[in-house]
Amino acid sequence: MTPPRKQRLAAVLFVLGGTAVTLALVLLALEENVNLFYEPAKVASGQAPHGVDIRAGGMVAAGSVVHDDTGLGVRFVLTDYQGHNFQVAFTGILPGMFREGQGILVTGQLAEDGTFQAQEVLAKHDENYMPPELHDIAQRASDPG
Amino acid sequence: MGLGSWAKRAFHRTGSPRWFFAGSRRWMIGLYTLGIALILVGSIWGLGFVPPERYQGDSFRILFVHVPAASLAQTMYIAIAVAGLVYLVWRMKMAEMLIAAAAPIGMAVTAAALATGIIWGMPTWGKGWVWDARTVSTLVLLLLFFGLQALRQAIAHPERAALAVSLLAVVGVVNIPIIKYSVEWFTTLHQPPSIEIGKRPTIASVYLWPLAVNALGYYCFVAGVVIAALRVRIVEREANAEWLRSWLAKQER
Repeated sequence: MTPPRKQRLAAVLFVLGGTAVTLALVLLALEENVNLFYEPAKVASGQAPHGVDIRAGGMVAAGSVVHDDTGLGVRFVLTDYQGHNFQVAFTGILPGMFREGQGILVTGQLAEDGTFQAQEVLAKHDENYMPPELHDIAQRASDPG
Repeated sequence: MGLGSWAKRAFHRTGSPRWFFAGSRRWMIGLYTLGIALILVGSIWGLGFVPPERYQGDSFRILFVHVPAASLAQTMYIAIAVAGLVYLVWRMKMAEMLIAAAAPIGMAVTAAALATGIIWGMPTWGKGWVWDARTVSTLVLLLLFFGLQALRQAIAHPERAALAVSLLAVVGVVNIPIIKYSVEWFTTLHQPPSIEIGKRPTIASVYLWPLAVNALGYYCFVAGVVIAALRVRIVEREANAEWLRSWLAKQER
């Protein structure tokens, strides 16, 4: 490479490096300060603020889903499977993927009694895609009894 | 002839609009044909013949379009960034023409990835558009492709426009690792990747095969479209060149 080309390459890499470092610092700051997501442990131990909009999430605890008589109201428990739970109340249409054991993100406010009043319930699905038959085989393999 | 000198020759030849124009027609037709054939096979296979997913049923089938589009969008940006670097350092005009040709196509592919993501999100997540790190960084990618196009048109002086566009192309590449690792660094609603280099895919192999066929098909087809767009750029730019005139005269005969 000729000297002017080397110089230009160095300049471009310098600009790119500078941008990357700046952005990395911004993201690092964002991660520390704008972490508005609360796990069941944080909600259960009272670390999540009451009366302000927050995001929380967990797995739907087995047998906890109760629909009310009007049909749209639903209450369920979100858990981290490590003993931390919290109650969620929601009125509206649940996502199609909603079921027991499903990872769920809720947006809303914590009421004084510790119930999470959700305005939005979103289902998170994982990266494991398999047909039902394969799922049955996998279940049998992990649970021989 | 050694590999080094072969690479050097290929670099100089590809950098010559005349050589590229003469040699690229066969590539373009070949990539179009192969791409369309693979997309047909992959789509019919994926949409019609593989079993539905255990939880998502049939709605997951959009994955056969969404994943190739999202992957292709990022690959196209990386190619554009490399072209930007080549232009900035070597001032190779073909590199700059490649950015001009590929940016609008990249924009369309990114839009397709976002649109299929929204359609997929509606039944599964319960909401089409969610402001999480993966979706926002992909939206930024769309804006970058748009920005490359807008910046070129905003600067009247072609050489200055080329320099500005190339610099934006190179700097914008920092968004690519953000898209890739957004699902690991942040709590996102978007799931982590199912296919990663060096790891066993977490997508069952009945789905992996049609996905691979479709992805290869999309890559080939879009490569063909980019070559076609690049040929148009060459004709525009070299309109007065002697070689192009004699080529056109030969076509008319």
